[in-house]
Amino acid sequence: MIPVMPFTADPAPATGSTGNVWNWDFAIEIFPAILRAFIEVTLLVTVVGTVIAALLGLVIAILLRVLPRPLAFVLRWAANFIRMTPLVVQLLVLYYGFTWMDPLTIGFIVFGIHYATYMSEVYRAGIDSVPKGQWEATKALSMSAGRTWRRVVIPQALRSTIPSLGNYAISMFKDTPFLFVISVAEMVRVAQTIGAQTFRYTEAITIAGLIFLAASYPTALLINRLEKRLAYAN
Amino acid sequence: MPTPTDPEVPVIEFVDVQKSFGDNIVLKDLNFSVRRGERVTLIGPSGSGKTTILRLVMTLEELTGGYIFVDGEPLTHREKDGKRVAVSSKEQKKLRTRIGMVFQQFNLFPNMTVLENIIEAPIYVLGQSKAEATAKAHSLLEQVGLPDKADQHPLSLSGGQQQRVAIARALAMDPEILLLDEVTSALDPEVVGDVLNILRNVADTTNVTMLIVTHEMSFARDVSHKVMMFDGGRVIEEGAPEKIFSDPSHQRTQQFLSAVLGDA
Ligand SMILES: Nc1ncnc2c1ncn2[C@@H]1O[C@H](COP(=O)(O)OP(=O)(O)OP(=O)(O)O)[C@@H](O)[C@H]1O
Ligand SMILES: [Mg+2]
Repeated sequence: MIPVMPFTADPAPATGSTGNVWNWDFAIEIFPAILRAFIEVTLLVTVVGTVIAALLGLVIAILLRVLPRPLAFVLRWAANFIRMTPLVVQLLVLYYGFTWMDPLTIGFIVFGIHYATYMSEVYRAGIDSVPKGQWEATKALSMSAGRTWRRVVIPQALRSTIPSLGNYAISMFKDTPFLFVISVAEMVRVAQTIGAQTFRYTEAITIAGLIFLAASYPTALLINRLEKRLAYAN
Repeated sequence: MPTPTDPEVPVIEFVDVQKSFGDNIVLKDLNFSVRRGERVTLIGPSGSGKTTILRLVMTLEELTGGYIFVDGEPLTHREKDGKRVAVSSKEQKKLRTRIGMVFQQFNLFPNMTVLENIIEAPIYVLGQSKAEATAKAHSLLEQVGLPDKADQHPLSLSGGQQQRVAIARALAMDPEILLLDEVTSALDPEVVGDVLNILRNVADTTNVTMLIVTHEMSFARDVSHKVMMFDGGRVIEEGAPEKIFSDPSHQRTQQFLSAVLGDA
């Protein structure tokens, strides 16, 4: 993990500007530190968390379909429990419960599992939307369960899930500031620390906000593209 | 002990078959058998259980009583020490690969191309090589009159074309038994003839056993060796199509046929 380190640049250079006005020199000076926190923490947790959540969510959705009733019931209950408890609480529980664990790793696990429970619901709806006739056709062709899921059900289920999954990925991204509760130096915390040490919050917080925007907008576009690509071509 | 290839063993045999959905008993002590290469058309009023029979053979419905044999082997249950025991899923799968079905709604996989639809099961179920399966698929597409559609997606085809692909997909598995449930009912009238001609051709050129449900009585008359009339969950009359269609002995059959054939 990246420790929250004191920011040692000179505070406002003596250009006669007041503390409330935007100072370009200062903004340019602090930008690399904030961007670095963004890439090394915020983006990393979002990407790793999304990958875990997307895969685990699919596994949960499939297991809910194929497990024997009692086991599926237990799994559903566990998933509901995780979904219904706040992310912050889950971060803190793991942070204080597993003190030997790297906080960033805790971030991956908690974001991944927490959002997996949401994504599993999305997948479940997607799987339910695959018409019964498709399952019957796979049976009439004696396709194995594995091929049925891989070649028929999952591809068709995914088609309708991509937008929702993408939106959860963006939610996760916007939840990353919660990492501050387990003292991970994610971007907003770094920006805030800079502000606290220099008594100039405007530049630091604005930069953090703009970086958020600059990242989520293209992501939304990307999701849109993917959605179109997944629509049945002809 | 009869073997599956023994010509004397019926390809399909229903023994005291019962099927109920909850309290609704649809089939009651149904007994009939179909010989190898025989083409049988099931007729009967709506709700008499024709679709259910086909779906039972395809194991899409659970059998609630009695036994079904395919090539002399139990499809879902066998009798053992006086009890009805389910067969293993492996045994069932072995028999199921000999059975193909064409659905009223085609049920092609929309996320795959026409070719992928056809070669999926031959490769992954029968273990054919991709080259072998692809060559066979192209010749089947030729046979159903769609030689240039291999790379299209099903939803870009018309209903009649989709149904022809579905027929090719079923035939690619080289089934012993082909189940056809009102395969032209969802089609525009002007393409019904094409699809039926393809099936006539299949009937003429192969020895596949067919179980057919259709409202196309002239097709039934042309291709079937035997017609079975269902009512109230039982076979009330069966015989050669010429006999059943022109001189039915049962009054219910007469009523049904005059209703279906109507002004014809
Ligand atoms: N999945 C199901 N659940 C409950 N009842 C069903 C189900 N499938 C069929 N049935 C009932 O079983 C009976 C026979 O239906 P089936 O579809 O086999 O009739 P059919 O002879 O094919 O009729 P049609 O000519 O209208 O297609 C009907 O009473 C129907 O309501
Ligand atoms: Mg029917």
